[in-house]
Amino acid sequence: MKKLFFTLFLMPLAVFAAGTELHLDKAPDKTRDMAALQRGAKVFVNYCLNCHSASFMRYNRLRDIGLTDEQIRDNLVFSDDKVGDLMKTAMQRAEAKVWFGKAPPDLTMVARARASEFGSGADWLYTYLRGFYRDAKRPSGWNNTVFENVGMPHVLWELQGQQVMGQDHKLSISKPGKLKPEEYDALVADLVGYLQYMAEPMAETRKQLGVAVLIALGVLLVFSYALKREYWKDVH
Amino acid sequence: MVGEDKVDCGRRRLLVATATAGGVAGVVAAVPFVASMLPSERAKSAGAPVEVDISKLEPGQMLTVEWRGKPVWIINRTKDMLDALKKLDGRVSDPQSDKKMQPEYCKNETRSIKPEIFVAVGICTHLGCSPTEKFKTGADSGIDADWQGGFLCPCHGTTFDLAGRVYKSMPAPDNLEIPAHKYLSDTKLVIGIGQDGKEA
Amino acid sequence: MKAKMTALLGWVDARFPLTSTWKEHLAEYYAPKNFNFWYFFGSLAILVLGLQIITGIFLTMHYKPDASLNASGVPVAFASVEYIMRDVPWGWLIRYVHSIGASAFFLVIYLHMFRGLLYGSYRKPRELIWLFGMVIYLLMMAEAFFGYLLPWGQMSFWGAQVIVNMFSAIPLIGPEFSLWLRGDFVVSDATLNRFFSFHVILVPLLLLGLVAAHIVALHEVGSNNPDGIEIKKKKDANGIPLDGIPFHPYYTVKDILGVVVFLMVFSIIIFFMPEFGGYFLEYNNFFPADPLATPPHIAPLWYFTPYYSMLRAVTVNFFWIDAKFWGIVAMGGGVMIFLFLPWLDRSPVKSIRYKGPIFKTAVAIFVACFFILGYLGMLVPTPMRTLVAQICTVLYFGFFILMPIYSQIDKCKPEPERLTG
Repeated sequence: MKKLFFTLFLMPLAVFAAGTELHLDKAPDKTRDMAALQRGAKVFVNYCLNCHSASFMRYNRLRDIGLTDEQIRDNLVFSDDKVGDLMKTAMQRAEAKVWFGKAPPDLTMVARARASEFGSGADWLYTYLRGFYRDAKRPSGWNNTVFENVGMPHVLWELQGQQVMGQDHKLSISKPGKLKPEEYDALVADLVGYLQYMAEPMAETRKQLGVAVLIALGVLLVFSYALKREYWKDVH
Repeated sequence: MVGEDKVDCGRRRLLVATATAGGVAGVVAAVPFVASMLPSERAKSAGAPVEVDISKLEPGQMLTVEWRGKPVWIINRTKDMLDALKKLDGRVSDPQSDKKMQPEYCKNETRSIKPEIFVAVGICTHLGCSPTEKFKTGADSGIDADWQGGFLCPCHGTTFDLAGRVYKSMPAPDNLEIPAHKYLSDTKLVIGIGQDGKEA
Repeated sequence: MKAKMTALLGWVDARFPLTSTWKEHLAEYYAPKNFNFWYFFGSLAILVLGLQIITGIFLTMHYKPDASLNASGVPVAFASVEYIMRDVPWGWLIRYVHSIGASAFFLVIYLHMFRGLLYGSYRKPRELIWLFGMVIYLLMMAEAFFGYLLPWGQMSFWGAQVIVNMFSAIPLIGPEFSLWLRGDFVVSDATLNRFFSFHVILVPLLLLGLVAAHIVALHEVGSNNPDGIEIKKKKDANGIPLDGIPFHPYYTVKDILGVVVFLMVFSIIIFFMPEFGGYFLEYNNFFPADPLATPPHIAPLWYFTPYYSMLRAVTVNFFWIDAKFWGIVAMGGGVMIFLFLPWLDRSPVKSIRYKGPIFKTAVAIFVACFFILGYLGMLVPTPMRTLVAQICTVLYFGFFILMPIYSQIDKCKPEPERLTG
């Protein structure tokens, strides 16, 4: 009887077996750094929008990160799109599918979609964008540590340089790029910060409003508790 | 009802206070719902100001553009067209544009910023049809020999002159609406932003 | 002024049972005076139902049930949800309330049902209340299932695909039924549009009707209480139960307090952790549905996971019929078996307070199994996990099937004459 109880109680612990592990580097938190987000926006528009769309994001939403309509129009809108338009890409989906095997997915919410038990979406992106390495067996010539056999080439290779995968399963730089490793990491951190912002632009508003709502409910709590106590005095 | 005659003041005060607090909370909670029915960013973006290039607009010609889902006419009026306007003061309902159908800077004889270039929303102020252009002077169906040029609405027969002023005794009550607009240069104007730079 | 109001009320009362309903169901409806924490969840369920309907109405103003791709190659339905999140003023808040409200609804209902289990609220003469409640529970599951397809994300699509395909395992009629439910060979635009109709109109109407029936049935016999004894047995000279208090103002005022506390917890989640670690808003659902790429790990929302575990736990074929079908039987049985509770419980007492150690142990094991099954349902199955799920499923069913026996042999305590706290 005792043995049965013991087994019953301990058996559930057996379920804690691990699945396929992903080791993700922690992305620096840039969510409140307006300057970093603006730099990240610039990188995004210059390097990513050529193939990927961000078709849920309007250019004028970038007022959130401290830019004026003028600045947005002058620095970030490259087509004849208006500042109130959505961030679409010029690349046609059908062609993209032919060139890359799969149409480059929309990136508006990638920072939310890539979250998992191994880390946040930002962590995934930060590791992904720094994890490209040369692989002659791939059609694009590139592979990636977190996204095996990815169709995307290393768009930022000129900045990072080229990495190779060693026998020890560690990456090392074989050909340096325009930026030093710390500078490249900082650029990626900015870009990832921007992607995180773009995935949920109202996040900061949401938290601020939450504080106000809880305070208001706290006031209501005091009143309703007093009222309850007052009436229930009669009940024994 | 127990104690109808004797009101517990403390309890009543607390009740009123709680009800008020709850009422305020209720109104505040309703705001997001009501506000969600206002035009969305998409609607506002689709309703954004429209730039028009009038460099190729010859005198006597009309150009139609779409702004906020409505047709907007831009006419390059000839000297004859402008002269005819003065003769019609007695035949139109609101010759001095007293009713607010135009921005302040278009409350003038020609109902425009530049005398030659006429900008108006091409929707009849009766029930919303789009009038047809009748620039040719003289008689036509629905029009007498006195006609100096303008517009005729096919739905119920309202006529407007070439400054969008509605003739007397017409189904439509008002002159055509002049939208907020401003000139970016001699040949480019934007519809939906006023002279003061504010969006309509 | 007061005279005019009285006259107006009189005019209405002569034509509509307004004051009489107020008296019968609120001001002179006597409820036991010892309601505790477990008794908040009925009124909270009504609150959440109301919240879901209101937020649902406003979401429907902007949502488009269309699986076709827009100019950017994104399904219109998915894009319309992001439109609500970004372009509609306050849309993000309405969306979060609705998606977290769904989880809140199930949490409240599970706690509400547990109260019934603890105090024997399903016992005679309240069997019908319990039956109405179980149908409400079933409808809620259907509502959540239909609703979850609407955002048309990866999880939405593949979850629906798996569950609708599951029905095809029913012998003889299965494949036809699945085809009929889907309106197509796979989950597609046809499925999305009809699930939209079910979610927005059909099930809400049924739910409202059943909730009304549930409350009417309750008021007919009066509420149970933590001691499990009937307060109507001891009345005073005026026919008012000695241990009863009028619902209004005592429980209206207490339930208002419950509502405020609930809203505080609800607000903490909505404003500070709307995804709740991926349990309330699954990460994979931020990818639009891709009929050609199945995600590596499909899991239903947390409130379905105990039953999903049972579905996967059955791995043996019986009587020349696939294990797949028996899994459905187990899963359906796991939900439906609650219906029989009023007749399975043969204890002389209603409330757990006066039941013996066997029942208390049984409830503890049942709750533990429910949680373990729920947790396992979120994970990828392994042989060890499947074994645990199988054991827990057997124990889960054992709780019900063996109840007629153990509820009778259990050593109960004597019930009190009058209510204790």
